[in-house]
Amino acid sequence: MAARRPNAGLSRRDLLKRTGGLAALAAFTAACGGNTGRPADSGGGGGKPALAQWYHQYGEAGTREAALKYAKAYGDATVSVQWTPGDYGAKLSSGLLSSKGPDVFESQLNIAMVKSNQVVALDDLLEGVKEDFSAEDLSTNTVDGKVYGIRMIVDPQVIYYRKSLFDKAGIQPPQTIDDLIAASKELTTDKVKGIFVGNDGGVALGGPALWSSGGAYLTKDNQPGFTGERAARAFGKLRELYTSKATLLGAPTDWTDPGAFLQGLVAMQWIGMWALPAMQKAFGDDLGVFAFPALDAQGTPAVYSGGWTQFVSAKSANVDAAKKFVKWLWIDQAEFQEDWCLNYGFHIPPRKSLAAKAAKLQAGAAAETVKLNEQYGRTDNPAWTPKMGTAFGDMLTNIIRKGADPAAEISKAEKTVGTELSRLFG
Amino acid sequence: MSRRTTSTGIAGTTWSFWLFVGPFVIGLLIFSYLPILWSLVLSFFEAQNTVTPTKFVGVQNYVDMLTDDNFLSSLGTFSVFALFIVPLTFVLSLALALLVNQVKVARAFFRSVFFLPTACSYVVASLIWKLSIFNGVRFGLANTVLGWFGIEQIAWLSTVDPPWYWIPIITVRLWLQLGFYMILFIAGLQRISPALYEAAYVDGAKPGWQVFRHITWPQLRATAVAVLILNLIAAYQAFDEFYNLLGNVNFARPPLVYLYGISLGTIQDLGRGSAGALILAAIIMLVTLLQNKIFGFGKAGD
Repeated sequence: MAARRPNAGLSRRDLLKRTGGLAALAAFTAACGGNTGRPADSGGGGGKPALAQWYHQYGEAGTREAALKYAKAYGDATVSVQWTPGDYGAKLSSGLLSSKGPDVFESQLNIAMVKSNQVVALDDLLEGVKEDFSAEDLSTNTVDGKVYGIRMIVDPQVIYYRKSLFDKAGIQPPQTIDDLIAASKELTTDKVKGIFVGNDGGVALGGPALWSSGGAYLTKDNQPGFTGERAARAFGKLRELYTSKATLLGAPTDWTDPGAFLQGLVAMQWIGMWALPAMQKAFGDDLGVFAFPALDAQGTPAVYSGGWTQFVSAKSANVDAAKKFVKWLWIDQAEFQEDWCLNYGFHIPPRKSLAAKAAKLQAGAAAETVKLNEQYGRTDNPAWTPKMGTAFGDMLTNIIRKGADPAAEISKAEKTVGTELSRLFG
Repeated sequence: MSRRTTSTGIAGTTWSFWLFVGPFVIGLLIFSYLPILWSLVLSFFEAQNTVTPTKFVGVQNYVDMLTDDNFLSSLGTFSVFALFIVPLTFVLSLALALLVNQVKVARAFFRSVFFLPTACSYVVASLIWKLSIFNGVRFGLANTVLGWFGIEQIAWLSTVDPPWYWIPIITVRLWLQLGFYMILFIAGLQRISPALYEAAYVDGAKPGWQVFRHITWPQLRATAVAVLILNLIAAYQAFDEFYNLLGNVNFARPPLVYLYGISLGTIQDLGRGSAGALILAAIIMLVTLLQNKIFGFGKAGD
């Protein structure tokens, strides 16, 4: 066995350099590759324009079939529905970079989408029906006086609880965050945890905690609004809740899914109204609801009034046809809107005229949720961009899960948000 | 360049050469080099929400990334990860290879059994780890076992202090990749000439540690270095198990998860993302060359 030369043409040094190079390439392509999977452009049957409509994956059975049904019922264009499990936000963001993306899509508006010309203004669609939408549903979709999206559904996020477990423990719905922490501890047994606020320990509660202290993501003149001492105290309370050993962590499903609550793993869960039908089916009337409680006597309870909005991509080849379709489905077809809002998960119809008629939302926990949303609901501010959201989320992770000093973390996030704000508003 | 003269010396091979190599080269150019060049361009522009940017910012994106605490901490996360995974994989796959190679019966069976997990997708394995083995509720497999000993249940993936999440992260990768490196080692072991062992036996070397130390290990050197380098590069590219087990969290995201988050997630900051990707590529190249130098690979006659 003399010195072995596996391949006379290639010295080992060469081989290694090449492997290194290949690895670098792979790192690149992995980091820079696209996650597209666009709908096939079918060309459209019979001269009708073809439109691609993108949805995220709704968790409730029947939603996809419903979306397909609406698309099929539309006569003036061939609409293909793209149903997206997984990271819809990321997929949508890359889709919007090119004309191969959606023509019509659901999302939430942020100013970066307007600044980079990804969406078109829809003011003309709202003519005559603008009064029928609430001011919040319009303002969350308005940048520089123009409305860019038609709100499809409103999803209040609140805390649902089992009344029977509260009665057994002899406690009342919490009035302050301290009450909430105490109640969670009280309700924790060796089988059941007090509350489920997400496997990440409660990052979803960051906004509500901030509102409950009297703060906001951004002030009216677009300055960071989460920097006060009271906000720091509210974030500190979330840390306290996380370390109380009364929160459920590592559940098979996350907080957006009622799984943990339905399986009886917890007594309370932070979740949206969409899950109410499933919870009512399991527990009937043994179901109560309250808003995220006030920080203290000076604070107010908070409800995150989330939801989805329909947009038209500016890169669409058929902007006019897409606008017509959006007007048809989300403004003219009251029947479909009602079906979408009430027959699968529960959502509040954004149209006041429809919401007033929604019989399913007029009793029990659903009615209470609607009332809480009217009183305390807060919508997204379109000036709050995903980059700011990431900085805010990192701040919460550091405070809640790592136990970092809230004031120091706030000033770090404030710096990032400030840079982004000056980039956007000069 | 003697090789070149020989290859052009044979007439009529050019056409076949391009027939076989051409498609691969075209693919490489379009899917690897073009994106690299493009991200090189993007990395010098302010490219947010667009791949055709107009505002040139010089090296600002690079400066931003190199002073970005989150990017630096992602490199730190990687280092911790590599510190665990590289030596563990190396030792365990070598041990497995030695054991499986010794087995006299059902060799093919044992090899396949250990190699099979390699065929499993990282995503699928992550989901099994997340949902059934290491979930935080009392009926998860790991918590059930703890329960037998009366130990309180642990939220494996949600607990940051102590950092329990490393256990699922490390074990899932070990399970998935051990078999692959084991096969490499077995191939290395089988290339060692039996004559060497016979000679050692005649010279009175004791089987076991002495033979391993003086015959097997030196003969395995080429394989060992290859395993080490492949392992380290694979660790640098860690993405799937972190993304699926933990998501994009700031306390444990390797560089690729962070870069994915800023450039392809909802933020779409392609300029800084490209700068970060290029920095990462430079680091991988440097480390590979350095390792190459340290192990003295490629010396004449080696």
